[in-house]
Amino acid sequence: MVTEEEAFAALHTVVDPELDEPITDLGFVRSLDVDGPNVTVHLRLPTSFCAPNFAYLMASDAKDALTALPGVGRAEVWLDDHHDSEVINRGLAEDAGYRGTFGAEAEHDLDELRLTFRRKAHTAAMERALTQLLRADPRLSEEDLHDVTIADLPEGAQTEGLLRRREALGLGTGPAEPVLVDDHGAPYPREEVPLRLRFARSIRISIDGNAHFCRGLLRTRYPGSGEDQAPRAPEPFSTTTVRTKAS
Amino acid sequence: MYSKDGEHYFIVDAHIALWDARPENQLNIHGKQFIDCFYDYHRNLSPESEQWTYEEYLYQGGERLMKDLFTDGYVDHAIFQPAHLGAFYRNGFGQTEEAFALARRHPDKLTYNHCWDPRHEQAGLDQLRRDAERFGLKGVKLYTAEWQGDSRGYKLDDPWSYRYLEACQELGIRNIHIHKGPTIRPLDRDAFDVADIDKVATDFTGLNFVVEHCGLPRLEDFCWIATQEPNVHAGLAVAMPFIHTRPRYFAQIIGELLYWLDENRIQFSSDYALWTPRWLVEAFVDFQIPDDMTEYAPLTVAQKKKILGLNAAAMYDLPVPEQLRLPREEPQAVAVA
Repeated sequence: MVTEEEAFAALHTVVDPELDEPITDLGFVRSLDVDGPNVTVHLRLPTSFCAPNFAYLMASDAKDALTALPGVGRAEVWLDDHHDSEVINRGLAEDAGYRGTFGAEAEHDLDELRLTFRRKAHTAAMERALTQLLRADPRLSEEDLHDVTIADLPEGAQTEGLLRRREALGLGTGPAEPVLVDDHGAPYPREEVPLRLRFARSIRISIDGNAHFCRGLLRTRYPGSGEDQAPRAPEPFSTTTVRTKAS
Repeated sequence: MYSKDGEHYFIVDAHIALWDARPENQLNIHGKQFIDCFYDYHRNLSPESEQWTYEEYLYQGGERLMKDLFTDGYVDHAIFQPAHLGAFYRNGFGQTEEAFALARRHPDKLTYNHCWDPRHEQAGLDQLRRDAERFGLKGVKLYTAEWQGDSRGYKLDDPWSYRYLEACQELGIRNIHIHKGPTIRPLDRDAFDVADIDKVATDFTGLNFVVEHCGLPRLEDFCWIATQEPNVHAGLAVAMPFIHTRPRYFAQIIGELLYWLDENRIQFSSDYALWTPRWLVEAFVDFQIPDDMTEYAPLTVAQKKKILGLNAAAMYDLPVPEQLRLPREEPQAVAVA
């Protein structure tokens, strides 16, 4: 036996790698039915043409998360209304794996894709934390960020988010660790710090912007789906949102 | 031309289409999915007053296009950037004959760019030579996620792509507009990856590469490439309408583009008929970077003039009336070749 709350909590651990947010908060979980030990989930995405590799990742991660729950007998995950729904749903039902699902279109696995987006998520979280610091203390210059360590960051969602993403990459989380680092945890030379911060900012803007757009498109595509969406963790500054008629 | 506060702007809409997505032209479910996706973009990002009905959206025709762009939309010149989508639509999505006929009737107002697909190999290359002559091509539009048989996309650095780009260089087709869409084989990597543009931009310095929707959803990767490759340009298709729904996000996009590229390599477009130019031109001229975004400098009138038209006019050798040009001390876009 499993409860609906437990099943939903399991789905909450599944992240859209591109948007770096749980599929539950994004409103991608269309329905969740728990019948004794059996769980059936339908997922929905903002467009029919969302990249199929990400669609598959989220759907198969959802199935894995549900299957791993104690008390779950059969877990079924369906991806609705996608151009590759048929292929992906067949692969999920047969536990065919990524290569079994996509056949010749798959070469190896999706590990590198996951790593690419874990790195982007870390870089964006780093920028969020450092920009928050810059805004809080006008005396701090961009180059000064070179010396900022984890101990210098204020407690809160921003810092917690950064630590979580460092862990996901296997980077240290001790108080003396420098904050502005590359994908392998190495700090940049002091003179490169402003450029690296700028680049990190462009990644953060990209992720946040895509997340806003995908949320909006989902609301347009599925009227009423906005009620299932939860806002992302607080951002360094507020974002104006004007809802259109359809959203 | 658009005028506001004593300033006059020459408007080039650098990315427009004349499409037919009516049910009788849909080949399969994907034809419907594709236009539905566009319609959701339209509904989600347009102001309420600018929203079309679904039926209007399926097909516009030439007359409506001329009215939306030139009568109502302040546009001086527009450039067709067709997507073929032969796997989704019987007679293609972009209407070649209709658009070309319209461009022939209004050569001062319309430029027709065509498309090619390297997976047609030698036959497509021969066709490109004929098309270059027939259409008098100055540019092409490439949609890398086009489906073709079992293949659901190609890369610009594939061997046959290179041969097509060599032909473009030889034929004087200097402006390569690229629309990066998802679904590229293999699926192992990021489908929106723009690394292949980096490669061809280095190898074809005689060509301009205009990356539509400025690399979105990978703005960061695009900026990183464009800052190193002087012949890579940003097309604002899809990015423009954020000016209404997400003005702060739009400010960040423009701020980043101006930082990583420069004001000479950014081109306005409405992406008609996804959106219409009138409200976008008005909103852009009124737009300013919010005061609290101190990381970006305010937009100048000269920058707006370049983005709205002078940059694309320079790239396409379009004549700009004297009074709409910038004073000489401000160099305008230098397109290559």
